[in-house]
Parts: sequence; structure tokens; C-alpha cells
Amino acid sequence: MKNGVLGEDLKRCRRLLVSVALILSAGIASGDENPRDPYEGFNRTMYSVNDALDTVALKPVAKAYDTVVPLSMKAGTGNFFGNAGDLWIGANSALQGKLGDAGIDMARLLINSTVGIFGLFDVASELGLEKHEEDFGQTMAVWGVSDGPYFFWPFIGPRTLRDTAGWFADSYVDPVWSASRRSIAVRNSLVALRFVDIRASLLPADKIVDEAALDKYAYIRDAYLQRRRNQIYDGRPPRLDD
Amino acid sequence: MKKLLASLFVGLVATAAFAEEAPDVLVNKITDEVLEIVRKDKDIQSGNTRKAVELVDTKVLPHFNFQHMTALAVGKEWRKATPPQQQQLIVEFKTLLVRTYSNALTGYKNQKIVFKPFKMNPGDTDVLVRTEVLQPGAKPVQLDYSLEKLEGGWKVYDVNVAGISLVTNYRDQFTQEIRNGGMDGLIQTVAAKNKSLESTLVKVDK
Repeated sequence: MKNGVLGEDLKRCRRLLVSVALILSAGIASGDENPRDPYEGFNRTMYSVNDALDTVALKPVAKAYDTVVPLSMKAGTGNFFGNAGDLWIGANSALQGKLGDAGIDMARLLINSTVGIFGLFDVASELGLEKHEEDFGQTMAVWGVSDGPYFFWPFIGPRTLRDTAGWFADSYVDPVWSASRRSIAVRNSLVALRFVDIRASLLPADKIVDEAALDKYAYIRDAYLQRRRNQIYDGRPPRLDD
Repeated sequence: MKKLLASLFVGLVATAAFAEEAPDVLVNKITDEVLEIVRKDKDIQSGNTRKAVELVDTKVLPHFNFQHMTALAVGKEWRKATPPQQQQLIVEFKTLLVRTYSNALTGYKNQKIVFKPFKMNPGDTDVLVRTEVLQPGAKPVQLDYSLEKLEGGWKVYDVNVAGISLVTNYRDQFTQEIRNGGMDGLIQTVAAKNKSLESTLVKVDK
């Protein structure tokens, strides 16, 4: 049964990778390219597609969600999905050799799933157990895998090559996606809710990017790359020389 | 007489200490001052960017080193620019940064700023003051200030939000503009951006 699901996933993956390879080979890089963004042509196209989709579909929904849903419910939603992620965060802390952090992540999961009523309340943070931000892309970075080229993907947005691979691993173990083994309708609703919740939390940043950026695409790319570097070094990246 | 001298001396020491205010104390003081005003000002809270800009101009700007910020944003091309070009770009970049980030103040909703433990060695002239923005129902956001010691006291030359430097995040965009139209091209682009932001501001006023 499980093999069947895995086989399907792999087939879908392969199809996706083949089409990506085709698109990439079509866009041949020009002379004065940014070394971190060799597929800029492809990325800019994807960026404008995403931006257009966002403007007509996702952003209005996120705005409505943001206005209609009371703060306590939004906080509960964020906490719920945050709690669902803490097991995998703990696994990644452990894989990076941060056993103390992993212990905190597990304690958070236990406390929030019980006292915090299925994760709706983040009691652990109030007790001083700080939430960490870890994922498989960061784990691979700690293991020495370099960023690879930057991509802007449809739907999932900016990811370096390494973090794209990390994203596949994260999604595969994602408890929300795994809800499909019980009910596809539940899974789809949860995935959609999380997507809207995340998008709504980014609404204030929209205005800043709109106003601050000379070139929104480049602004978002460089912000993404800086933020990832910061996450990999857990908020204390070594200084780059200018 | 002795008493008078003693109190004078104490006064002198106190003034000296004030001038030598530690960087974390300085950031803490400005943050408190600004947030105190925003908390009481219904106009800023309801999105009056012009008032927020005024607040930033008077309370925050004196503690920033915009020359260093602009140089950092431009990178190695900075030294090739003529002094008038540098001055023009500093003015335009300052306007852009102040305008955009004053706007962030209008989104203020009871966030709390927590200062992380700060340590510096006696001779340090370049330090990082680390803070965190706490808001109900959301993850804490890292907010760090880089400060350098100049003759006029400690000045901020970089601000980091969630690990993103608001200054160096312009590096690639600036490089691109310089490649396309030289330093003057960059100055024009930033000036045009400021003009378009100004026109939206005028619309809001009406």
C-alpha cells in the first residue's frame, strides 16, 4: 500500500524534473549574469507568473482571511501547524548534531500537543522553550552541501537547488500531507489553510517590498538568500567582507 | 565649598558618561522613545506615513550614519564615484530608506521589543546590538543593529530584519543599475523611485 503511494510520488517527481530540465535548457544564460542566479531568465518568467496568480487569486483570499478571522483563531492556526512541524524540526536539529535543541523541540511537541490542546496554544514558548527553525535544506547545508543555483518555482517560490531537494524531503515527511492516508478532503483543506495562513502572515511585508525595491524580483531573491544563510547559522552568520 | 566641588565633579562625570553612552543603551533608549510616541499617536497607527517620516527624521536619523550605509549598499563601485555623486546618492538613498521603513511603523500593533544579552570589550568600535520583536500570534522576528563608534558617538550603519540586511540587500540591484547607466543612472533611478513614492503619499493626504 505504502509502496503504491511512493511509486506514484516518484513518477510525479520524475515528470516534473524532466519538464524543468527542458525549460532550463531552453534558457541559455547571457554574458553578465549573476553567478548565484544563472537561470535568471527562467526565474523571472516564473516570478511574473506567480506574481500574477498571487494578485488575482491568493492575495485576495489571504486578505479576506486576515480581515475576517479573529486574531486568536489566526494564532491558533499558526500554532497548530507550528506544532505539527516540531517533530521534523527536532529530527533536523538532531541530524545537525544540536542535541540540546532537539530535546527542546521534543519537549515542545509533548507540551503543546497535550497542555496546549493539539497544538492550538504554544504553551511551551511561554515556558521559555524557544521554537527553532530547521528543515532538511539547512541540515544538508550543515553537512556541507552548497546552495547550488537559485530558482524561482511556480507555487513554492524561491529555493536554491539544495533547498529544493530539502523541500521535497520536508514535504514527504510533512504530517499535514500525510493526512491523505486518511482523507484527501481533510488533507487538501489543511494544506490550503496552511498556505493561506502563511500568505496572510506575509501581507505586511508586501507593502515594504513594493516600496523599498528598485527591482522586486532581485530584492526578493537577495532577501531570500540572506535569510537562508541566517537560518543555516541559527541567527549568527559570520560576517561577509565587503 | 567642598560639597559644591563634589557635586560639580559628579555632574561632570555624569555628562561624560552620557556622551559615552553604551550602544545597547542608546538603541534601547531610541526604541523606547519612538514606540512611546507611536503608541499614543492615532494618526501614525492609522497609516499616516508623513507623520511617521517626521518622527523618524527627528528621533532616529541623528543616530544613523548614512554615508556608511550608502557605501555599504553600493559596494566596491563606491570609491569610483565622484564626491558630488556620492552626496547625491546618500540623499536619495536616505529618503528611500526613511520613507519605506517609516511605513513599517504605521503597522505597529502592540509589538514588544526584547533586548538580547549584550557584551562588548572596552576597545570595541564596531558592535552588534541584538533585539527581537515579539508579537501576539506570530513568531518572534530577529532585529539587529550594527553600530560603529565615531567622534559624535555611536552610529547605526546597518539594520538586519530576520537576517536580511536592509542595506546590503540593495547591493545587486545597485550593481545592476550602475552596469546599465553608470553612477548617474543609479542616482536617477533611486530619485525616480522616491518621486513615485511621494506621489502616492500626496494621494493619501487628499
